[in-house]
Amino acid sequence: MDKIETVSGIGVPLERGNVDTDQIIPAEFLKRVTKTGFDDALFYAWRQDPEFVLNRAPFAVASPPQNRILVAGPDFGTGSSREHAVWALRDYGFQAVLSARFGDIFRGNSGKQGLVAAQVAESDIGAIWAAIDAAPGIEITVDLVEREVRIGAASYPFEIDDYTRWRLLEGLDDIALTLRDEAQITAFESQRERWRPVTLPAK
Amino acid sequence: MTETARPRTLAEKVWDDHLVVKGEDGAPDLIYIDLHLLHEVTSPQAFDGLRLAARPVRRPDLSIATEDHNTPTLLIDRPIADPISRIQIDTLRANAKEFGIRLHSLGDIEQGIVHVVGPQLGLTMPGITVVCGDSHTSTHGAFGAMALGIGTSEVEHVLATQTLPLKPFKTMAITVDGELKPGVTAKDIILAIIAKIGTGGGQGYVLEYRGSAIRALSMEGRMTVCNMSIEAGARAGMVAPDATTYAYLKGRSHAPEGADWDAALAYWETLGTDDDAVFDAEVFLDANELEPFVTWGTNPGQGVSLSGVVPNPADVADPNERASAERALAYMDLKAGTPMKAIPVDAVFMGSCTNSRIEDLRAFASIIKGQKKADGVRVMVVPGSARVRLEAEAEGIDKIVEEFGAEWRFAGCSMCLGMNPDQLAPGERCASTSNRNFEGRQGKGGRTHLVSPLVAAATAIRGTLSSPSDLMAVSV
Repeated sequence: MDKIETVSGIGVPLERGNVDTDQIIPAEFLKRVTKTGFDDALFYAWRQDPEFVLNRAPFAVASPPQNRILVAGPDFGTGSSREHAVWALRDYGFQAVLSARFGDIFRGNSGKQGLVAAQVAESDIGAIWAAIDAAPGIEITVDLVEREVRIGAASYPFEIDDYTRWRLLEGLDDIALTLRDEAQITAFESQRERWRPVTLPAK
Repeated sequence: MTETARPRTLAEKVWDDHLVVKGEDGAPDLIYIDLHLLHEVTSPQAFDGLRLAARPVRRPDLSIATEDHNTPTLLIDRPIADPISRIQIDTLRANAKEFGIRLHSLGDIEQGIVHVVGPQLGLTMPGITVVCGDSHTSTHGAFGAMALGIGTSEVEHVLATQTLPLKPFKTMAITVDGELKPGVTAKDIILAIIAKIGTGGGQGYVLEYRGSAIRALSMEGRMTVCNMSIEAGARAGMVAPDATTYAYLKGRSHAPEGADWDAALAYWETLGTDDDAVFDAEVFLDANELEPFVTWGTNPGQGVSLSGVVPNPADVADPNERASAERALAYMDLKAGTPMKAIPVDAVFMGSCTNSRIEDLRAFASIIKGQKKADGVRVMVVPGSARVRLEAEAEGIDKIVEEFGAEWRFAGCSMCLGMNPDQLAPGERCASTSNRNFEGRQGKGGRTHLVSPLVAAATAIRGTLSSPSDLMAVSV
């Protein structure tokens, strides 16, 4: 994973709360076996509405693609565990999502894939929406080092857990980190009680 | 095993006993995973990741896969018609073969919804950690297991290391005391809990369901409750094991036997939350007050008693919740103030990992027996696994379903999510025993009302949202 210190892009307001991962990417697109190429599926149902934010200038798909920062209502990414939601956002150019609250699994998936899920106070989200409204196309910077979101002359703090922040800043791969402790895993396994489940041989 | 004088909750005990490495300086704990369940949708990219890094699966003997999300529930002996679904299923089969993982394919006696299969085989047991790339993994918490839904990166992590780095969760006690009225079920309990704490109310928590009404539930009822913990935003939901748990488990094909059973039982009996343990949050519900519950909106927290009316968004104080309610009513094509029981449906779906086990099918059949479904209503009954289907057929439930005018299907996720041929048409309205009423969940433009199997059955008879007590000349 690449190291991430700051990410920037045009701010895209999604003025809705409770955006579940079924809305971010409907199930029909989960049949694919690849990890990229999901940009067409992002917010698929909502994009059928010409008034949806991603169909309006300056937020609509640009060529060449632009980096974007999604500014969403509370409880973003609830519901299904599908990591495809993160892949679709990333494939569309989103570098970060700002929301007052995230679904736990979505937040975890984002951290693994280098999408910054920045928890911003609900009142600050409102102020950021207002700033975008006043200057559509305005750029937002999310600074992991300073833990702040900058838009125009304003800045707002955000929360992200220390460990995820560290991993993003260092660009570290979780599995490689865990395998440093392989001796402890093996030791733990040697103590595993006989009654605990095993799937093989099949019974 | 960790010895400590500090009183602990059930969740904390299971956590402590799976601690491989204690995280220092803000790092997460490394937690050992006892059982990894896999299915076709969230695993292909994880296996690809292993191949790219030339990593093996560390413990194929703690992993098991089934085909459920994509699979058709009719004509299962023919090639899957949708080529993209077929590729995904074929990919799982190839990966299982390459990495030595046990797979139950379509047509196999153990095939079915992953969260029905684990408990049915006796693999799900108290005091273990279970993960699956599916948010409804919380189902397995009914046994007193710590069961977590995970993303595909974590699936790869568990395949490679049999562990997950996790930050400790907060704990929330949800105490449901009292006695349920006739016709009120586990599904109504959990829908009422979600309506009370909201879809974000459980974020960061493991829920522990407690109290006399929970203790009185069967294992299958407890699975229904735990299944929907994620709909309250929680990472997991648990019920402490007791005699009901042990009776359900004993004799299942992968349950411990002999001295192993005795050792397990001795341990399981220590798992319950200590009397003096402190939860980070507590919620109380009076079971005596509960009624059959139904959702009116597009998230599982938007529910009311079936005897109630569609709420008025203007009465909602929080501006975000109000906007959400307005959007939901527009999507659902409902007007505030409409009695829920006046809402007609086009379809009834009886199935999903929430309600597709044998007791669910028995409950549904007990109401529809000898009746005919309402004209123009499509009724689909989908057992959770091939075994459940056979068990139901041995009891004659298939005949009751067919004589009622409903469709008796093969096992799978079916109409719970729009990934297989079983879908609503745009604008169709469905009373569904599944777990999510999100926009488009059951098919693009489809409208979902979440209900219990009993309400689904009564609704299928009357054609409008109904409880069994609305049926005259039918004893419940």
